[in-house]
Amino acid sequence: MSTFIPDMSVNIAGVVMNNPVTTASGTFGSGAEYSDLFDLSKLGAVTTKGVANIPWQGNNTPRIAETYGGMINAVGLQNPGIDVFVERDIPFLKKYDTKIIVNVCGKSESDYVEVVERLADQPVDLLEINISCPNVKEGGIAFGQDPKAVERITAACKAKAKQPIIMKLSPNVTDITVMAKAAVAGGADALSLINTLTGMKIDVDRRKFVLANKTGGLSGPAIKPVAVRMVYQVANAVDVPIIGMGGIANAYDALEFIMAGATAVSVGTATFNNPFATVEVVDGIREFMIKNNIKSLEEIRGCVK
Amino acid sequence: MSQINKQSCKILKKEILGTDIISLVIGCPDIATNAKAGQFVNVYCKDSAKLLPRPISLCGIDKANGCIRIVFRVVGEGTKEMSGYSVGDDIEIMGPLGNGFPILNDKKAIIIGGGIGIPPMLGLARELECEKNIVLGYRDELFLNDEFRGLGNVYISTEDGSCGTKGNVIDAIKANAVEGDVIFACGPTPMLRGIKEYALANNITAYISLEERMACGIGACLACVCKSKEKDHHTNVNNKRICKDGPVFEATEVEI
Repeated sequence: MSTFIPDMSVNIAGVVMNNPVTTASGTFGSGAEYSDLFDLSKLGAVTTKGVANIPWQGNNTPRIAETYGGMINAVGLQNPGIDVFVERDIPFLKKYDTKIIVNVCGKSESDYVEVVERLADQPVDLLEINISCPNVKEGGIAFGQDPKAVERITAACKAKAKQPIIMKLSPNVTDITVMAKAAVAGGADALSLINTLTGMKIDVDRRKFVLANKTGGLSGPAIKPVAVRMVYQVANAVDVPIIGMGGIANAYDALEFIMAGATAVSVGTATFNNPFATVEVVDGIREFMIKNNIKSLEEIRGCVK
Repeated sequence: MSQINKQSCKILKKEILGTDIISLVIGCPDIATNAKAGQFVNVYCKDSAKLLPRPISLCGIDKANGCIRIVFRVVGEGTKEMSGYSVGDDIEIMGPLGNGFPILNDKKAIIIGGGIGIPPMLGLARELECEKNIVLGYRDELFLNDEFRGLGNVYISTEDGSCGTKGNVIDAIKANAVEGDVIFACGPTPMLRGIKEYALANNITAYISLEERMACGIGACLACVCKSKEKDHHTNVNNKRICKDGPVFEATEVEI
């Protein structure tokens, strides 16, 4: 009996990924460090750490703390700026048979638009606009919590972008479907969700905040049920593809997101616990498809009603 | 591909060196082959609710027998789990990580360790073949000090004065007129600050090993940075990655 090879490819706004798995922005750099451990071509896409128009220093340390089944971080979008990114990171990623999703951050609408314009003629596949980082004072989440701002910034990016744009949504809102609809109204080609949940940890012995930034974004398995619920809600509210993320550590986690309606999935914090988590998720989804005679992920996408 | 390996390895030997100070010898030929003093390994807990690896410095590297030794203090839930491991148990580790100490055999070295910063200095003291003055700082209870015997002149400081010079490592250096032309140090940040100051005042090059809360351990996540004097070539800002560019830095390179 010949082994049946399932079609793992997925389509995000016309961009075909070999499989549905990418990296959650900020957990994977631009891939160089992890390329020493495995072949990046095994991933459907690499989503890079957020890049701004100019270099950002990021927050003071401590930037990270473990919590039960998760962690909080307040790195503060430290990045080398678009010039270094274009010169160094894009040519590096082009060596691999994987799609490139560039996460774009900014402190003002014009910052975002500047990066989008700089990337217009670059050989990258998708832009993920980060309007949901909880760890920077200006920009970031401030744009992601107001539907008018979401629509405006989406439209401003869309007007200049040559690649399809994905808006990355924050879970720190009353109703995420309102933000999803606003992004789609602004012209979003796809949505990513969820970013981290704003959290806090206090060192009781020292009577101090653990993080220098006081608050940080909670990620990891602890947030997965919230993320699955939000992906399900958004998938039933809008008609654009969704990249689902939030606590995915294995193939079954990823399949939950796909069954909730996600087209693709990102693995983030799990990579710290297991540097090979992304490729193991790819392999696990393939095995599940073979075992259950699933020829295409279309068959199970959004299957829970 | 890289020289970094992530493997499930066997614990070959376990010792309790003092209150909450544990020593484990781990069989891991692939990691031992590539390792050098001052590098570290990530230890992955069995309880996946503790999802971040624990970065632990190498106390010893035995290439001939394909093993490494780690010595750590039980300070939280992760190290508590590790303290419960027994000989024959598996331990999941990745390494070697970080840059390690430069091996400068033509110098007269002052090797300084403070508290749980002492273990990596034992590995260095064994690797360095030059003349060595070794200064070990403790709060009160001593550990590992016997193992430095024969590797150089050993000076001890204790905060409570129960052994050696009362005070810190700088007090011990001054009290014993310890000399050298290069310093290697690991310990708490206030100690490293004092050493940096002492090294500058005496025009001695100092290599210091820093620690910070880490996640990935390989330079991707930018959690464990320290401020650097010059703009760093990789980050393009005045931040260096402790896990990747360090943990050992020439003291004037970094702001601590």
